Amino acid sequence: MGDVRRQRIDELAARAGRVPEGEGGVSLVRSAFRRLRRNPVAILGAVIVVVFLVVAAFAPWLAPRDPLAQTLLSEVRPGAIPGPQEGFPLGADQLGRDLLSRLVYGSRQSLLIGVVSTVLGAVVGMAVGVLAGAFGGWVDTVVMRFVDILLSIPSLLMAISISVLLGQNQYALMIAIAVTQVPVFARLLRGSMLAQRGSDYVLAARALGVRHGRIVFGHVLPNSLSPVIVQATLSLATAIIEAAALSFLGLGDPDIARPEWGAMLATAQAFLSVRPALAVWPALCIIVVALGFTLLGESLREALDPKFRR
Amino acid sequence: MSIEAMPPEDAVRGDVPVLEVEELSVTFARRGEQPTRAVDGVSFSVAAGETVGLVGESGCGKSVTSLAVMGLLPRRGVQVGGSVRLGGTELIGAPDRTLRRLRGSEMAMVFQDPLSSLNPTVSIGTQVTEVLVEHRDMGKKEAVAEAAALLDRVGIPDPTRRLKEYPHQLSGGMRQRALIAMALACSPRLLIADEPTTALDVTIQAQILELLRELVVDSGTALVMITHDLGVVAGLCDRVHVMYAGKIIETADRHDLFARPRQPYTGGLLASVPRLDAGRGVPLTPIRGSARDAIPWAEGCAFAPRCDNAQDDCLTEVAGSTVPLEYDGPGRELRCRHPLTYPAAPAGATASGAGR
Repeated sequence: MGDVRRQRIDELAARAGRVPEGEGGVSLVRSAFRRLRRNPVAILGAVIVVVFLVVAAFAPWLAPRDPLAQTLLSEVRPGAIPGPQEGFPLGADQLGRDLLSRLVYGSRQSLLIGVVSTVLGAVVGMAVGVLAGAFGGWVDTVVMRFVDILLSIPSLLMAISISVLLGQNQYALMIAIAVTQVPVFARLLRGSMLAQRGSDYVLAARALGVRHGRIVFGHVLPNSLSPVIVQATLSLATAIIEAAALSFLGLGDPDIARPEWGAMLATAQAFLSVRPALAVWPALCIIVVALGFTLLGESLREALDPKFRR
Repeated sequence: MSIEAMPPEDAVRGDVPVLEVEELSVTFARRGEQPTRAVDGVSFSVAAGETVGLVGESGCGKSVTSLAVMGLLPRRGVQVGGSVRLGGTELIGAPDRTLRRLRGSEMAMVFQDPLSSLNPTVSIGTQVTEVLVEHRDMGKKEAVAEAAALLDRVGIPDPTRRLKEYPHQLSGGMRQRALIAMALACSPRLLIADEPTTALDVTIQAQILELLRELVVDSGTALVMITHDLGVVAGLCDRVHVMYAGKIIETADRHDLFARPRQPYTGGLLASVPRLDAGRGVPLTPIRGSARDAIPWAEGCAFAPRCDNAQDDCLTEVAGSTVPLEYDGPGRELRCRHPLTYPAAPAGATASGAGR
């Protein structure tokens, strides 16, 4: 017992005062990145995300077959859908199309919708948040009450209403999901800006006669961004799930030439008793991608949080 | 400088003080709450090259006074009255734009905690050049060169490298030096230092104070030193205003104050400082009670409940009005009905000399 403790103290003593390797002279972002690299959870998340991104980017080269070709249609019968076989590692769907190829191509749609809608939501939400956080007063009150109203509507319900309103296409889907993200980002950024506005360095900058705009964009905003970055990563996961949910509900992209996980899941429903794998695989893809982004986001939160810094 | 040139310059210095504060009052009022008067009729002035100390314990209104002078108090829920003039320009009620232009160029401030006063995500260089670009219309390159020169002037070694670093990579003393460099970037006429050494250890404290004194002497900047540390006062200030519960209760120059404190509160502050020449085991003599025991000035002397000299007429019911701040010998003012008295004796009998 005593030995272990002494060893531990020695270790601590040896570490004390020594700048962790290469950490001298770096900015917050770079040191956060360093901590991220040492975290196995972060690496797992990053690997998952990167794998899916690569798959999406190189889908035409990676997919073994054309996702639309109904090669095995002749073998589809009521009550029997061809399973895994030579050349079709995951089998075929109810129309005789290669399941693996469809999954590979599906990643494009899912990730694209996730990324575009999150970026859109984050940009608009941050603009709203900066507006509220920078001006305060009645601007803040009006903007934030509006955001509160948006937040009080269940996000899926809102996404459904918006995509119904905008008609059925993939852009409507992106906008619908983006709108549900806007209030989250706005509230988050405004809250963290408010916390920064009362800080000493803002007072010090004001005491030096620095312009309001420069204080907001040069001092307050950079310090308020880390929760937003984390939220953006986590939002990607929600956006992908929501996109899948909307297509599952039949509000997704009507173009059957673009396979999509949510839509695949929806059609697989009818064949659940015949071949459950048709539902399992797209569902698994959605879960794993969402997990990847969530893990990355959570470890990003830890890396950017000053309380976890050494 | 020739001897002939001296008198006129002195006359200019004497004529218009850099900072004149008259009857400054600050009241914090929140809806549904009793308004709090944090600063209550404070008047003082600071001449160029002069160092004036504002002394008092926590909550006596020192920092609020400085924020009011700089115009940094929030607009909502705060009422500021009286007059603050910087080189003759009235600051109370001045438009925000005017104030912003003056801040940093004509008046600057150094805060208590050097770590939290620097933005952790912005490099030192950017933070220093920001002021130069803002007030001195410098280009980026020019500003960087000037910033390096400024850091060098406040004694930061290897300034070019330091400019690229972030606040967490500097030591506490260096951060405070950087902040002083930022404050002095435009050679302001007035520098307010709000407890600039509280967050630093004693050796660094001494260096920072020495630096401040050098800079003030060199540039003729008027310095307002806000502190609760009597050692700082003794080392740096020409004149000292002792504050209690929002009012100045005693004004004196440094030597008089330490030799013959008149207000019992000042006397109590001095008596509660540990002394090197006192014997071991001699207990310190603290002031009874705490600052929360103050009564409103309208009811007499705020310090009366804690004062050993207090008598019935320290309360308004007996005496009639608030205890006034009155002339108390050359260069001294006092707000007290029963001050400490000293026998008319040679300088040897002063409080600070008594032990020797």
